[in-house]
Amino acid sequence: MIRTYALLVWAWTRAAAQYRVSFALMAAGAFVIGGLDIAVIWVIFANTDSLAGFGPAEVMFLYGTSELAFATSDMLFGNVDRISQHIKAGTLDVMLVRPVATWAQVAADRFGPHRIGRVVMAAAVLGVALARLDIPLGRAWMVPVMVVSGIVIFTSMFTLGGALQFLLTDAPEVANAFTYGGAMLNQYPLSVYDPRIVQGLTYVLPLAFVNWRPGLYVLDRPDPLGLPSWTGLLSPAAALALAAVAALAWRAGIRRYRSTGS
Amino acid sequence: MTSGAALPLYPRLAWYGFRRHAAYWPAALAGAFTNTVFGVLRAYVLIALWQARPGLGGYSVADAVTFCFLTQACIGPMQLFGIGLDLPQRIRSGDVALDLVRPAPLQLWCLSEDLGRAAFLFLARSVPPALAGAALFGIVAPRAPAAFLASVTLGVVVSFGWRYLVALASCWVMDDRGLATLSLVLTTFFSGLMLPLTIFPGWFGSLTRALPWAAMAQAPSDVYLGTAEPVRALAFQALWATVLLALGALLTRAARRKVVIQGG
Repeated sequence: MIRTYALLVWAWTRAAAQYRVSFALMAAGAFVIGGLDIAVIWVIFANTDSLAGFGPAEVMFLYGTSELAFATSDMLFGNVDRISQHIKAGTLDVMLVRPVATWAQVAADRFGPHRIGRVVMAAAVLGVALARLDIPLGRAWMVPVMVVSGIVIFTSMFTLGGALQFLLTDAPEVANAFTYGGAMLNQYPLSVYDPRIVQGLTYVLPLAFVNWRPGLYVLDRPDPLGLPSWTGLLSPAAALALAAVAALAWRAGIRRYRSTGS
Repeated sequence: MTSGAALPLYPRLAWYGFRRHAAYWPAALAGAFTNTVFGVLRAYVLIALWQARPGLGGYSVADAVTFCFLTQACIGPMQLFGIGLDLPQRIRSGDVALDLVRPAPLQLWCLSEDLGRAAFLFLARSVPPALAGAALFGIVAPRAPAAFLASVTLGVVVSFGWRYLVALASCWVMDDRGLATLSLVLTTFFSGLMLPLTIFPGWFGSLTRALPWAAMAQAPSDVYLGTAEPVRALAFQALWATVLLALGALLTRAARRKVVIQGG
């Protein structure tokens, strides 16, 4: 499955490389779109020193970790949320009869390497934030762990969104509320939201484990919900649990799928 | 539904635009749901900012929350995330030749259809987020309802004027995706969709409030909240609508000379 996925991704990358100017412009566009969020954070901190108890460098750290995970996941696997287009166009049938995992085919289909622009922007923001925060190594090791866990969590969200589209083929935009909405949610400290929302994001849909809980550990900040700081280290476990749920939902969706035939 | 065949041409086109989008009502409701979810998330961020800086930009906390849901409601009718016109595809496929030989101006034809589309999306994608915002957070009542509706209509016209220019530019630019991305960046940032333009600092803030994108979401919201003089806001919108439509008319004439119809 991994080998086929890599092969398909490489084929789409070579296709994009045929149009160099187009690729460069699209990558620059993705970079600038990522920069818009930073511009918003800049405008917010031009008006205040602290947002819900967090300063600019801390907000940039939380933004950078979540956005790096989301942009990477979106580039590599985000096309899973185009499943409704495949269902409507009938191209899903073609994928189902091939001897390769359907998920890998849908995820790799029309792979857009230009999305690297947004990944680069997110990595740059995270780099600047880390340089300004001066986090000791004893806690900084958690940063790559939380980014990888975040990639798994967001990929699971894309997969859940894709599975949902087997039910809501005519209304695929509902899935965006959970995938892109999840990314938007984690751009700011979760302390801006109602505590009940944060509880839901901890115990039900583990989006708080992308950057909020591990981020509190890395930044050495107390948890407004009062949970001990080691709960921030549970991100990998939360990511695996959500991935398992997403895999089950995807299988259920595929099993439920009935082609319209020819 | 009635066929609308008895109507004069342009109202009939608007009616067809309305019906065409009404056929995809589940997609529109899904869009309304997503716009509402993002509205809720943005509202919390704005509340946190306004708690740190009460009265910022001349808005109270309730004004800021209302602003948030009003701008989310503008996404559908004003097409803040996309071009929303068939024109680029028709230019690429060559079908635009047919549009250009019709005995009705292309720009007016597209505008009529777009107004119909906007009317449907106003019902399907603007009213639900506003009602949800009112139920969850409470939003303030409109200061001048009639002026607000006029401002929304002008906002749609300005947005059409801009999108028509971007769409018609496909005649000269091979890859229209790059232009669409540029338009997305400019529109989302400078319309007031991400943050109220009134809190953008210094000369940059003054500049953003004078650009055409401010007429798409910021101006109708300010008319609703009473934070702008309705007459001034409407005049600002009307000015940009005139400028963009005039540019569009000029560009249509240029396109007429650019398009080569292959006979056969």
